[in-house]
Amino acid sequence: MQTQDAINAGITGSPKTNYLTNGFTLKSWLLTKDHKRIAIMYLITVSLFFFAGGLYASAIRLELLTPASDLLQTGTYNKVFTQHGVLMIFFFLIPSIPAVLGNFMLPIMIGAKDLALPRINLLSLYIYWVGGLLTVYALLQGGVDTGWTFYTPYSTTFSNTYVMAVGLGIFINGFSSILTGLNFIVTVHTMRAPGMTWFRLPLFVWAMYAVSLVMILGTPVIAITILLLALERLVGVGIFDPSIGGDPILFQHLFWFYSHPAVYIMILPGMGVISELISNFSRKKIFGYEFIAFSSIAIAVFGFLVWGHHMFVSGQSIYAGLVFSFLTMVVAVPSAIKMFNWTATLYKGSVSFDTPMLYALGFMGLFLIGGLTGLFLGSIGLTVHLTDTYFVVAHFHYVMVGGQVIAYLGGIHYWWPKMTGKMYSEFWGKISAMLVFIGFNLTFFPQFILGYQGMPRRYASYPEEFQVLNIFSTAGASVLGVGLIMPVIYLGHSLIYGRAAGDNPWMLPGLEWRTSSPPPTENFEKTPIVTWEAYEFGEESGLDLDEARRRDLATATT
Amino acid sequence: MQTNWVPLFPDQASTFAWQVDLLYAYLIIVSIAFTIPIVVAIFYFGLKYREREKYATPDEMHGSIALETVWSIIPFVISMTIFLGGAYVYYNQYTPPKDPAMEVYVVGKQWMWKLQHSTGQREINELHVPLGRTVKLTMTTEDVLHDFSIPAFRTKADVVPGRYTYLWFQATKPGKYHLFCAEYCGLNHSGMGGWVYVMEQRDFDNWLSGNVSGQTPVEQGRDLFENKLGCASCHAGGPQQRGAKLEGIYGKEVKFVGGGTATVNDEYIRNSILNPSSQVVEGFSPIMPTFKGQVTEEQLVSLVAYIKSLSGVTGSSTPAAPASNSASNSTPAPHGNANTQASNPNAPAANSNR
Repeated sequence: MQTQDAINAGITGSPKTNYLTNGFTLKSWLLTKDHKRIAIMYLITVSLFFFAGGLYASAIRLELLTPASDLLQTGTYNKVFTQHGVLMIFFFLIPSIPAVLGNFMLPIMIGAKDLALPRINLLSLYIYWVGGLLTVYALLQGGVDTGWTFYTPYSTTFSNTYVMAVGLGIFINGFSSILTGLNFIVTVHTMRAPGMTWFRLPLFVWAMYAVSLVMILGTPVIAITILLLALERLVGVGIFDPSIGGDPILFQHLFWFYSHPAVYIMILPGMGVISELISNFSRKKIFGYEFIAFSSIAIAVFGFLVWGHHMFVSGQSIYAGLVFSFLTMVVAVPSAIKMFNWTATLYKGSVSFDTPMLYALGFMGLFLIGGLTGLFLGSIGLTVHLTDTYFVVAHFHYVMVGGQVIAYLGGIHYWWPKMTGKMYSEFWGKISAMLVFIGFNLTFFPQFILGYQGMPRRYASYPEEFQVLNIFSTAGASVLGVGLIMPVIYLGHSLIYGRAAGDNPWMLPGLEWRTSSPPPTENFEKTPIVTWEAYEFGEESGLDLDEARRRDLATATT
Repeated sequence: MQTNWVPLFPDQASTFAWQVDLLYAYLIIVSIAFTIPIVVAIFYFGLKYREREKYATPDEMHGSIALETVWSIIPFVISMTIFLGGAYVYYNQYTPPKDPAMEVYVVGKQWMWKLQHSTGQREINELHVPLGRTVKLTMTTEDVLHDFSIPAFRTKADVVPGRYTYLWFQATKPGKYHLFCAEYCGLNHSGMGGWVYVMEQRDFDNWLSGNVSGQTPVEQGRDLFENKLGCASCHAGGPQQRGAKLEGIYGKEVKFVGGGTATVNDEYIRNSILNPSSQVVEGFSPIMPTFKGQVTEEQLVSLVAYIKSLSGVTGSSTPAAPASNSASNSTPAPHGNANTQASNPNAPAANSNR
């Protein structure tokens, strides 16, 4: 059969060079146009930022072990939580899944040789580096203490820290997001392999498409906001500071008009990864494919209409508050639809509990809590009490860490054999996935109770009656920390000592599993022709399952 | 009263606290009602359909429109009940009772709360209030954003520079409750707090009489108006009057030169002092100088209180301005004001007597 050749393209006989062995010089990396190499460089940088942000988080939790501000002085504490937020949000959460996993996998998953605009892709990496270096430089010079929200007039008139340097870093970094989003949209439109119709796209690709729309439409707003902030801080034009004729609430509108969609920039890719994991490790076509795909788009669209729910007590009109509360409730529905569809996918599947699947199931539990507590905060009468307390801190960590970070780790474990050609230790993988889940809950669940008790966020010292729950939280954070450091060790170990993963260790139908591990520079030896639907696990998708069973038997006996 | 043990609910000490708690309890029930079936389903499906054979190919199952519809509509309906419940509680939180309120003026400042009762007593980082009496706070700040938050009352509001925001509550339980600044305000943010003391009326009266009250805000305002700032030289009436007569002006509607109208409220008076030329009333010239930089926020509060008192308004009868909203407040005038004092015929006359 003519297509049979194409289907198995690359699966037989590994090519002599793969993307890792295609050149070893520094120049061959720094001037590469290969999306996979760019993704690896993103992976390393993003991990460094995650590590730095994590150090700040440890400092926060240690300080909060006791009610007084004894370990850190209040001024230092203010910088520490600000820098934790800035690094984690702008330099880890936003780029992580799109720039690492999306960059590496999106072209392969649609059967393309590369992204549509490889040079733009490299440019986005360099922009990210420049923005990141500038921010790190500002942090080393003395840092910034405005909170990652940069609320005016504190940030424009009162703070004596490096607001402009960090602002510039974020401003520059934004262009990296925009270019990545643009690249993904063009790629999905123009580079799909023959037969790869829109409704055959893996749901990860749909999620990347939705998130790219948000990146392109949202990021310019934060860029403009930072420019206005600079105009006021440097030139004294009254935009946000009322003492020179500005309006501080205007800043909040502009800031959240980007930063709320940014929440979806962070969580949508995670949802895409989870859709992949749930379906593939249940070996069953995802339940309600179209509903999951369109719920991503619905979240992307509605996400632009709910920014005012960050400002319920800020002085905006109560009518605006009511409308934003209503829209917030509406945006909860597509997330609920995803949740139900993922659960239904398990029904009558063949569920295996490999490390990536453990992360996916952990995601479902944590995102469920994160999403439901979002309803608490969207309900305007309740949020007057809850806003600016630890309830908010717990909620967004459940969504950002319990959702995005867990999904990212799940994705890393899922595609690690493809990216490196090596298999990590399943045992340590499972231990770490469970430690992360337990440690995370122990860290952040007590904060919901603290929040309802009224403990305000961003407090270096707090009344004594809050100490018990803070001790729980800090204890949980240490477990979480161990769980997060472990993958660095066993994944690193697998690079050298890991057994060869094979091209398709789990016999999955996605195109990324139909090329060699690690893939060659051009991804496929021949352009694949897609004749199957997404998530078909039977013989009709061209997978030689009998051959795989024989292979397993052979390795088991030797 | 403080223990190391942390209860799930903080003290309930205001009239609407129980409503917030009830809504919270409803949401917890909804959350559990969602979580349990989903978690049970994940475990049940996970175990029942766990991998029996490597590379099995379970029967394909296409989605179900009926199921999708059901699980879209149910969350939507539930989320609407949460929205409506929240909107109802919110309405109650921001609609003060009709009885006359006790006015307290609040000025936030890095990193302290300065409060003044309408009877003149000043407090710093402490607020004493009587039990069962509606207390209305008129708040602003000298520098950055702050947020006046009393968890036991389940209420808070941002305090915004350049405008007034409002908060009201009626305490229902005597005691000592935390007062926090809940909006990050810089170096000593976590130290910017104190206590709210709820006292029986008799104890409160004792407290009031035991405190040197000094001047009330209205008296301070009169002093500023007549002596220190010299407002009276233009606004006091008589043949020298160049500015608007202020008696009876509060709550009236005024027309601006070049179109537009506004109702005279706290915000309007404040803005007329700081940016007089931004809202010149018909029949007047833009001759009033700005007092920006010459009056502190606390003096402004006193001036506003005094000018309101000229209209017989003591604060309690202010239109129930919805909570935090203020600057753009354009409450329609309750009735026509044909007799407005604003159209003073001799106002623009240049005074050549000097």
